[in-house]
Amino acid sequence: MSVESLLSVHSVSLRWRGHAILSDVSLQVAKGNLVTLIGPNGAGKTMLLKVILGLTRPDSGQVELQPGMRIGYMPQRLTVEPTLPLTVRRFVTLGTSATRAQVSAALAETGAEHVLERPVQNVSGGEFQRVLLARALLRNPDLLVLDEPVQAVDVIGQYALYDLIGEIRRRRGCGILMVSHDLHLVMKTTDWVVCLNHHVCCSGHPDSISAHPAYLELLGRDGVDHLAVYQHHHNHRHALSDEPIALSGSDDHG
Amino acid sequence: MDDFLWRALLGGLGVALLAGPLGSFIVWRRMAYFGDTLAHSSLLGIGLGVLLGINQSVAVIAVCLLLAVLLVVLEHRQRLATDTLLGIFAHTSLSLGIVALAFLETVRVDLVGYLFGDILAVTTHDLYWIWGGGLLILAVLSRLWRPLLAITVHEELARVEGVPVFAVRLGFMTLIAVVVAIAMKVVGILLITSLLIIPAAAARRFARTPEIMAGLASLLGCLSVALGLWASLRWDTPAGPSVVVAAAALFLLGASIPVRMPG
Repeated sequence: MSVESLLSVHSVSLRWRGHAILSDVSLQVAKGNLVTLIGPNGAGKTMLLKVILGLTRPDSGQVELQPGMRIGYMPQRLTVEPTLPLTVRRFVTLGTSATRAQVSAALAETGAEHVLERPVQNVSGGEFQRVLLARALLRNPDLLVLDEPVQAVDVIGQYALYDLIGEIRRRRGCGILMVSHDLHLVMKTTDWVVCLNHHVCCSGHPDSISAHPAYLELLGRDGVDHLAVYQHHHNHRHALSDEPIALSGSDDHG
Repeated sequence: MDDFLWRALLGGLGVALLAGPLGSFIVWRRMAYFGDTLAHSSLLGIGLGVLLGINQSVAVIAVCLLLAVLLVVLEHRQRLATDTLLGIFAHTSLSLGIVALAFLETVRVDLVGYLFGDILAVTTHDLYWIWGGGLLILAVLSRLWRPLLAITVHEELARVEGVPVFAVRLGFMTLIAVVVAIAMKVVGILLITSLLIIPAAAARRFARTPEIMAGLASLLGCLSVALGLWASLRWDTPAGPSVVVAAAALFLLGASIPVRMPG
């Protein structure tokens, strides 16, 4: 690919209290690319994002960011203290000094301008995710890092949010790295999928990943519901990881 | 009115003005117990100040700051829950302070005055500390305001957005330490936190922005000081606790007023 690379992660490893949270993880995000990080709970997805954002230092490996690049970040689970009186407008401008027009435009772009003057605690889950996205967009980011952007959103709202994220990528041409745990919901918007369970199990185009044995072993229980024809073969072992992984050989796999 | 009453009122109002914005942050950041721990440790500061012959306010600020940094370091290791750590520090430092003062047989120390405040004994020198230190605190706080709000909402998001989180947190803890040293004289070690959090909590229901809540908290604090002093004169009750009772009464009054917030 000759497209400019925004972010390259080179064999990052991180141990925490004796556990290998990340081992030898590498990935790239190029300009205009939407990369989805997928994996079960506790697979190290959020930790990998923290390493990328410079919030946590890895034990080894490097994170290379394009110099001068601006990052827009949407964290997982943000709740504003009920004792803190804060309107959506104020919340959104905590990270940047933006004009009123810019704030309105960002919220219009994410479809949340109607909650602009509301207390930030009084908006629905889906509206709040849109507000968070607007706050990230106000920084005019080259790279958007989204940690589970559709959580606390009902299924219809999840589709709408993923559509919106795809549209933002098209319109702004920024790179997007996003965490999700449902491949089928993000299939049509994403360009590249990295399947993570402490190490990179597999990566590729979403179509090839959804049939990849490593993906199916890791998240196959959900996959079976979607792909009725899939037969449960266990030909993949997690030999790369030095930690026992709960999923491999666990009894609910038969 | 006598001079000592004017000084008491001026001192009390100065502390209440400061307590509004700082107390609001303590409420928003859920640091009430932290503030209490620092306040308790100030008695150790007084003991050390007398022992080493240094200015009491300086000694109190130094001990508070040391404790704050120690707490941050220990909290990071997370061997014990934060409230357990705070409990250990609060009561150990308070007891150490009392023990240290007991050793000083030659110096007469008014323990009750330190614990519950001695607002009627506020001197002109104290007023310089309260208003001088207070203005300094407000100046620093106004510079820290935006980044402090940002890290109060979400620390990691603020860090990604370029806020120097550690420096801002350290700055805020320094401000609390100075406020403790200043407010000690007025309401006493055991009651400082109440003057910080009760007016702020009372103001919450009537505020739509952080700034309005902070300002309203200052106003309610000032009202509590005036009411408390008046009650203390009228019924000869202890002044510091009377101020706190007045603040609590205002809180209850505010809680019983129906408010409809738009949105």
